[in-house]
Amino acid sequence: MTAFIYHFLYDFRTGMRDKTLLLLNYLFPLGFYILMGLLMTGLNPTFAPTMIPAMILVAIMACTLLGLPNPVVESRDAGVFRSFKINGVPALSIITIPILSNLVHIILVSVIISATARPLFGAGIPVNWGYFALILLVSAFTLASLGMLIGVVSPNSRMIVLFSQSIFLPSMILGGLMIPSDLLPPALYRVSLLLPTNYAMNAWRGLAFGMSTTFEPLWGVLILLTSGLIAYILAIFLFSWDIKNRQVGHNPLLGLLALLPYVLGTLFLAS
Amino acid sequence: MREDSILVKDFCKAYGEVIAVDGISFNVHQGEIFGLLGPNGAGKTTTMECLEGLRQPSAGSLRIMDIDPTRSPASLRDLIGVQLQSSSLPGSMTSREAMDFFCAYHRVVPRHDLLDRLGLGEKHTVQFSNLSTGLQRRLALALAIAHHPPVVLLDEPTAGLDVSTRVELHEVMRELQADGTTIILATHDMAEAEKMADRVAILLRGKIAATGSPTQLTATGSGLVKISVLSENGSLEKSSEVFAAVSQRIIKEDYVIFYSHEAGDTVPAILDYLKAHDDHLIDLRVERPTLEDRFLEITQSKQLNGYRL
Repeated sequence: MTAFIYHFLYDFRTGMRDKTLLLLNYLFPLGFYILMGLLMTGLNPTFAPTMIPAMILVAIMACTLLGLPNPVVESRDAGVFRSFKINGVPALSIITIPILSNLVHIILVSVIISATARPLFGAGIPVNWGYFALILLVSAFTLASLGMLIGVVSPNSRMIVLFSQSIFLPSMILGGLMIPSDLLPPALYRVSLLLPTNYAMNAWRGLAFGMSTTFEPLWGVLILLTSGLIAYILAIFLFSWDIKNRQVGHNPLLGLLALLPYVLGTLFLAS
Repeated sequence: MREDSILVKDFCKAYGEVIAVDGISFNVHQGEIFGLLGPNGAGKTTTMECLEGLRQPSAGSLRIMDIDPTRSPASLRDLIGVQLQSSSLPGSMTSREAMDFFCAYHRVVPRHDLLDRLGLGEKHTVQFSNLSTGLQRRLALALAIAHHPPVVLLDEPTAGLDVSTRVELHEVMRELQADGTTIILATHDMAEAEKMADRVAILLRGKIAATGSPTQLTATGSGLVKISVLSENGSLEKSSEVFAAVSQRIIKEDYVIFYSHEAGDTVPAILDYLKAHDDHLIDLRVERPTLEDRFLEITQSKQLNGYRL
């Protein structure tokens, strides 16, 4: 346990010390939050009521989809994981600890956004803080697990950009952050249900903010959680210490299984 | 007779169609420094990585302290200390953090004294990516031995290091050996192997071409002694005289170098020649064949004999 705690504290410190991670964990999401607060609340009156969860989701995506995968590939390519292996650091710790430390970074940013959004920008505040926190944790865990899975299956940094941006960019536009997804055309709405953020926003609107939703919000929480668990288990299963020494039968395409819950959501919740 | 800490028997490793190691066997006694020598691509690192449990052997058996690294890599972690040829630490990790981090996983008290001993004491807050190559190597060695492992595997530990750092690391290896630690030293630095190793195995294209102590190996070669002579008038350079027991003669940087089967016959003959030609001796060196000479001899003869996998 001591090693686990030491590893966790080290990883958490790295998130503050490393300039790239500091940018992705704190500077970018908080800067974006201030910018959106200044611009969007004036331009789009529907934005303010759900500004807090929307900006928290941006922070989660920046921290997880953009920040998590690259250190995995860099460490594997540089031989860091080989050093870890010969010194008895288990793969479970290598996968789990960055997810946990990212959760802490996300919670810190979420507290800053939640505490300042109303006084600064007149944002809506949750009516049920318990659900608000639960959906925050589930969303952060799921996207962190997806980020870790992207790092594990990506052969290089270029592929990370491709995989991460294929979730990040559509989520920013179609993921219910800037405009409610029920305002999208039906075909785009169906596509938007392939994105984790839509389930998180729908759950936050329904359970934490007491607003109308396009489908049962608890289903959204369940789909998010299922996807997160699949991604987490696959990240452990597909993890390789060394890019040249992959385990036989561990096909990176298995990673697509983590998207299965969203496909089911698209099929059964889009009506 | 000392116990064997490491046993390698009929070990093979193939990467697809390429056979990297082809049925090698050797043993390493407890407290011994065993050199694994060979040119690049000979199979040294593959052998080391299979012993460390980083790769799976294709055939044969490996044992470290009676533990199979393939089947029980976890139980081996506290018994071996490893300095990999190509490994790294997170760039933002400091020396002190690295020591605390790995010692926590080995469940031992961090050895900050080792950081001081290896010249990292003042640099303990410097991040790994900002350390020089030499300091990174020192740190790697400190981390490899911090948990007092009975077996240490060092893969090219002094490659690219300056002379003083190399000497320091050699001292540390000697201290470990004095404490009873078994060391495998993979290197292509013949001088290092000759100085440090009790026994060596020369690997060539995945096979053991020769094994024994450095003294035994050099003794079993052609046995030619190198005699280098520098004289005032350079009379030997112009001479075509054939001296006793000399099989080869070359001229290099004003020195005339003779390779002799019997230095006791050749040296007096050279001295007589100089006296007879009114020349004066400035420098005379008689050197026994080194491990490097023997290594080159072996590798060249294997190549001439069409040594193939």
